[in-house]
Amino acid sequence: MYHLPLGLWVNNGVEWLLNHFGNVFDAFTKSVTNVTDLLRNGLGLVPWFVIILIFALLAWRAKGWRLAVGTTVGLFIIYNLELWSPFLNTLILVLIASLVSLIIGIPLGILAARSDRFHKVLSPVLDFMQTMPSFVYLIPALMFFNLGTVSAVFATVIFSMPPVIRLTDLGIRQVPADLTEVGEAFGSSSSQMLWKIQLPLATPTIMAGINQTMMLSLSMVVISAMIGAQGLGAGVLAGISQMDIGKGFEYGLSVVILAMILDRLSQGVIRNSRAAIKKS
Amino acid sequence: MEVKIEVKNLVKIFSSQPQKALHLLDKGLSKEQILTETGLTVGVNDVSFTVNEGEVFVVMGLSGSGKSTILRCLNRLIEPSSGSVIIDSVDITKLKPQELRHVRQKKLAMVFQQFALLPHRTVLQNTVYGLEIQGISKEEREKRAMESLEMVGLSGWEHSYPDELSGGMKQRVGLARALTNDPDILLMDEAFSALDPLIREEMQDELLNLQQKMNKTIVFITHDLNEAIKIGDRIAFIRDGSLIQVGTPEEIIGHPADDYVAKFARGVDRRKILTLKDVMKRPHPVVQLKDGPNVALQLMKEHGISSVFVVDRARHLQGLITADLALEARQAGIENLQGIDLVSVPVHNGAVLVQDILPVIAESKFPLAVIDEGQRLIGIIIRGSVLAALANTGGEPKDVSSTLRIVG
Repeated sequence: MYHLPLGLWVNNGVEWLLNHFGNVFDAFTKSVTNVTDLLRNGLGLVPWFVIILIFALLAWRAKGWRLAVGTTVGLFIIYNLELWSPFLNTLILVLIASLVSLIIGIPLGILAARSDRFHKVLSPVLDFMQTMPSFVYLIPALMFFNLGTVSAVFATVIFSMPPVIRLTDLGIRQVPADLTEVGEAFGSSSSQMLWKIQLPLATPTIMAGINQTMMLSLSMVVISAMIGAQGLGAGVLAGISQMDIGKGFEYGLSVVILAMILDRLSQGVIRNSRAAIKKS
Repeated sequence: MEVKIEVKNLVKIFSSQPQKALHLLDKGLSKEQILTETGLTVGVNDVSFTVNEGEVFVVMGLSGSGKSTILRCLNRLIEPSSGSVIIDSVDITKLKPQELRHVRQKKLAMVFQQFALLPHRTVLQNTVYGLEIQGISKEEREKRAMESLEMVGLSGWEHSYPDELSGGMKQRVGLARALTNDPDILLMDEAFSALDPLIREEMQDELLNLQQKMNKTIVFITHDLNEAIKIGDRIAFIRDGSLIQVGTPEEIIGHPADDYVAKFARGVDRRKILTLKDVMKRPHPVVQLKDGPNVALQLMKEHGISSVFVVDRARHLQGLITADLALEARQAGIENLQGIDLVSVPVHNGAVLVQDILPVIAESKFPLAVIDEGQRLIGIIIRGSVLAALANTGGEPKDVSSTLRIVG
């Protein structure tokens, strides 16, 4: 029976891209690496307790003093375990990857909400992105951008973008019909409709998407240690390869602490935005 | 009276490809036949009417009758499948999106059934919305918004959020939001249907008050004929997407076009439409001032009544004489009624609603007198005939009109 040479096609395609656009990829890699290095160095200069203080303040604003205390304790544990530098690396990667995901994802979500056709085209692509095992993204990332930060960010962005696209789309579509009718009846332009009615009302749902995207970013950033991403994931990977359970646990616990802080912080922001949009 | 809105042969078929159904409609097929043949629903079927400037035009029909669709065709929230909507001699259906937006901003404002206030905005921010999207300065639009909030009695609430308001107040905001734009035309989609009955009546009264000052052209959708009669100058009756009858409330009640309308007319709360003119009896008998007590007593005896109205030659009401008074006068040897202290009775204008003086009717020992502008006695109200008119629940359309004696 004829065997579909799908794997071969993909390999050939990637090779073609590399042959023709290799320089572009290299330049891109270099500039992104520069940016992340700059961030990392800059953040490295900030004393650890200042960073803890900033997080505590954010937590207090978002949810109250309990979360502020929890955040302080959690971050202090990471500092105490002497994992501060890998923690910062992971944090930077998560923030960059999330930011890129949001910058691409939210506009895509808006487009999907406004065009049924685009929505239909995008849906299977998102299904693909979300269900393809995350490791598979590591290979092309590696080939395009070499070992290191940029590959990690690339793989992470692809893996973590779908929720924010889907939930932006959903949030806008869920805006009650009579409220969009108000916009139309008073003669709003389509951008006025978007900015004055749809986005404000979709904000809680979009925020939930941002939360999901951040959580997925974190998990992928840890996994992308396999392609040379620095940070907590690298420590976990080292723990596994050296059969050092204690080390793996210390790094793993730090990931958990970071995950909980990011999750609770963004949940707090979601709750605040829900409260702002009062039920009429 | 100038025509403000003219709707000509409006058809709405719910489909992105209505041509086939339109074609069948032209051939004269019914809504049902088109549904079975094409699977398409005819929402509005060849509706034409005109709305005059300054008129409150009510479109009345049950849910699913297509009345809201008709309203939405006026500002093209729903695109008509065919036909035209002409506002100030401009065919709305032919406008480009940009021109349509302009018309919506300047000429048409809408009030929604479920209020449709933006929950993330305060009352004031909701009220300025229409001006905000026109790019009018914050100072100017807030000034105008505050004026319309004051008009609907919501001063002091401008910084509250919609969820802090009661239903009636929310709809006042909805009304203020529409008025802030200073549109020529108000489109009101079952604007009061979601309110409690008491609040609803209050809002109806308020709308009528406001309308006296503003003199807008209002197209009002409702499923409640009592509401239609109360606020409508004219009423259009819609069933299954077709226009059945257009007319003043009197015409609708007095001469229903078919059984369907007649059935509605029977459900009307008669107190709200019956005036004294409708229930009064011919003033017969009456005595004149030149007559004496004997004439009065004779008439009372003849008609089996205990009192009779007294008028002068020009039928101006002078008062009422009871049998006791007449007897006294006869014993005193008085020749004519001029010399007698007649019982003075309250007089009422014929246009007064029966419901407004029901308590008076119930309390009064004597019949009430109805007079015209020239103070002439034109009728009398006796309790029995009022009750009969109120209790009348119908019969055939013809009976309705004759019983109510409404001049069509």
